[in-house]
Amino acid sequence: MSIEFSLIPVAFDALHLLLLVLALLLFVSLMRKPADVNAKPAEQPSAPVEPAATPSVLKDTTPESALQLLSLLQQDARFLDFVHEDLSSYSDADIGAAARVVHEGSKKTIAGYFTLSPIRTEEEESRLTLESGFDASQVRLTGNVVGSAPFTGTLVHRGWKATQVRLPQLAKGHDVRILAPAEVEL
Amino acid sequence: MSDTEQNARYAVGIDLGTTHCVLSYVELGAEEGTPPEIVTIPQLTQPGAVEAQTQLPSFIYQPHDQELNSADLALPWSENPASLVGELARNLGSKTPMRLVSSAKSWLCNAGIDRHEAFLPLNSPEEVVKVSPLGASITFLEHLREAWNHRFPDAPLKDQEVILTVPASFDPGARELTAEAARVAGIQHLTLLEEPQAAVYSWLQTCGDDWRQQVTVGDIILVVDIGGGTTDLSLIAVSESDGNLVLDRIAVGEHILLGGDNMDLALAYRIKAKLAQEGKSLQPWQILGITHGCREAKEQLLADPTLDAVPVVVPSRGSKLIGGTLSTELTRSEVTETLIEGFFPLVDIDAHPAHQSRGALNQLGLPYAKDPAMSRHLAAFLSRQKGAADELLGPSEGSFIQPSAILLNGGVFKAPQLSERTLALINHWLNAAGAENARLLQGIDLDLAVARGAAYYGQVRQGQGVRIRGGTASAYYIGIESSMPAIPGIEAPLEALCIAPFGMEEGTEVALQDSEFGLVVGETVRFNFFASTTRRDDEAGSQLDYWEPEELDELPEIQTHLSTEGRKSGDVVPVRLVSRITEVGTLCLEAVTLDGSQRWQVELNVREA
Repeated sequence: MSIEFSLIPVAFDALHLLLLVLALLLFVSLMRKPADVNAKPAEQPSAPVEPAATPSVLKDTTPESALQLLSLLQQDARFLDFVHEDLSSYSDADIGAAARVVHEGSKKTIAGYFTLSPIRTEEEESRLTLESGFDASQVRLTGNVVGSAPFTGTLVHRGWKATQVRLPQLAKGHDVRILAPAEVEL
Repeated sequence: MSDTEQNARYAVGIDLGTTHCVLSYVELGAEEGTPPEIVTIPQLTQPGAVEAQTQLPSFIYQPHDQELNSADLALPWSENPASLVGELARNLGSKTPMRLVSSAKSWLCNAGIDRHEAFLPLNSPEEVVKVSPLGASITFLEHLREAWNHRFPDAPLKDQEVILTVPASFDPGARELTAEAARVAGIQHLTLLEEPQAAVYSWLQTCGDDWRQQVTVGDIILVVDIGGGTTDLSLIAVSESDGNLVLDRIAVGEHILLGGDNMDLALAYRIKAKLAQEGKSLQPWQILGITHGCREAKEQLLADPTLDAVPVVVPSRGSKLIGGTLSTELTRSEVTETLIEGFFPLVDIDAHPAHQSRGALNQLGLPYAKDPAMSRHLAAFLSRQKGAADELLGPSEGSFIQPSAILLNGGVFKAPQLSERTLALINHWLNAAGAENARLLQGIDLDLAVARGAAYYGQVRQGQGVRIRGGTASAYYIGIESSMPAIPGIEAPLEALCIAPFGMEEGTEVALQDSEFGLVVGETVRFNFFASTTRRDDEAGSQLDYWEPEELDELPEIQTHLSTEGRKSGDVVPVRLVSRITEVGTLCLEAVTLDGSQRWQVELNVREA
């Protein structure tokens, strides 16, 4: 028995119908792929943050998370209110009282949504040696930067690294540009 | 049961608390000693923002139509959830209390109101949607169910073995309502467990086999569980049977509406008074800020004995933060005086709170404890239960039952000074009676122990580990008019007929052989209903014509209604009462015809007509 593939089927039997459905499914899944890749980071907010490799091309950051963090800092720490105050007209005691609000709140926010750890565990101002192949994004060399690794120098700052981020998930229709709603008491 | 065995993969513990709910689980058939895991509960924390937290605040907010953008209410499992519960509900309610449903659980065991009637939030305007105490419990359970099903789509909650905790002091009506709420929320395999027992199970799980080294035969463990709004007390005796240590829950305390939130509020009002003396009066919204600030300052002061004072600041409401912010401080002596001396004074064992009359029965409102001193409530409990362990451990002397070990639970005890004071107080009583100091049992998570213990109990029910025995912690009675000749102007005295004895176990039944009642077809018959946590020896059918006022507590009335089906209205049918403790853990009362052919349920929760 010979089958002529170039013939157009006269009637849609079950087999052809199945083939058509499969073809459509494949097409749809191919079209969807890029969108899935983009959606992934948003779906897994608690995944550990990998240290970013030096980007070969520039990438745009999404403003969503930045606005979300500003909103959280305003809500718990009155961050935006504080930054927008003109400090020159207040006494240090008044500023101190407000600073407590900002400090306590910021601490709570940072501790609640991030897990942070220092990059180097050595004491600051102590001497340390960097072997060749150290990660330049994690350690910044300054001063007399000549020669080749191993480098020996003084630890000036231990650095900070976010090992976990767990920002709240946002509703699709949520307007992140509203950092704090106006409040009207009735 | 066979259905359960096929489908249940997990034992799920639910702590349905007055102020917080917690969800925990352990795999059935997991190795003994596997610690139960906590399921984080996704909930709105701000409009449009969802966070998963270990606790779900037990609050419902009924927003105005135009108050929130509907797109901002989405939860992971629903774009339009029917109710707004959890963190955001509590936050919104703190500024708009008339739309906030809080303490719904305390209403569940409140006598004198119809707990099916939608009246919460109490005293709010007509346009605010109302919910019943039962409805509120259903709402919380539904949120927990969705959170579970979202996390375990292959093992829906309806198929799992669910252990739901209730206060040890819950009356049969409140237990039945809790079971009803669980049924409506789609929980099919349910067991109720008392919260203090759950805390003990969590302790047993944490200790593993080591618990047998920490307690010995003759020990009496006092469990003090102070939640946000309520305090729950229980006593557990350690005895021996066939060479094995056995645990018996021998007594439970009254329902005390007094908890950690009262302490924070007490500090806030103290600061308010201090500011008033300085000529600064506080707006109502500032009280909220003060309460919040005091809670954090208190925790710092109680954790660090070197601090003398901690600043408390109340931020302004407007966008001008500096200048409008109110600043004061909370000192060590204020905390000590208010919390330690106010709530845990070193009183003697004979100092008891004034007995709260049930006159408040008709008043609409929660019967908050009038006496804030936890010490006096504890002293009253230990004194009332003085003979509770005699049957198991042999006769005892003294005016109160003497605990030898103490298990503390609840966030309040995160402050070491408060747990030390509680221990010192009990040791003060023990020493005065010539007994040895009690010791503190440690190792449980003060916020999560009840849910964890409940999940672990699911494993215990499958035959692992030790099970706490106990049965019902009360004997139950109905009131019947005595058959003395009628005297004009004098009400016939009431006698109490014991219908369920103390310590009835799950799955057992007793029938009152000698007492017959004539029930009138088509009419509703009501009974006065009583409970006693101290009368341990009354058997089913015992009739009391005299009792001390503190021996019997009057519970809400119960009723039964014989439908006219197959009978003529007005006919009298002789019946016997049968009481049964169901496998779930609720009391079931039935009127049964003398030949046993027909049964009618006696309603524990009377609905108002």
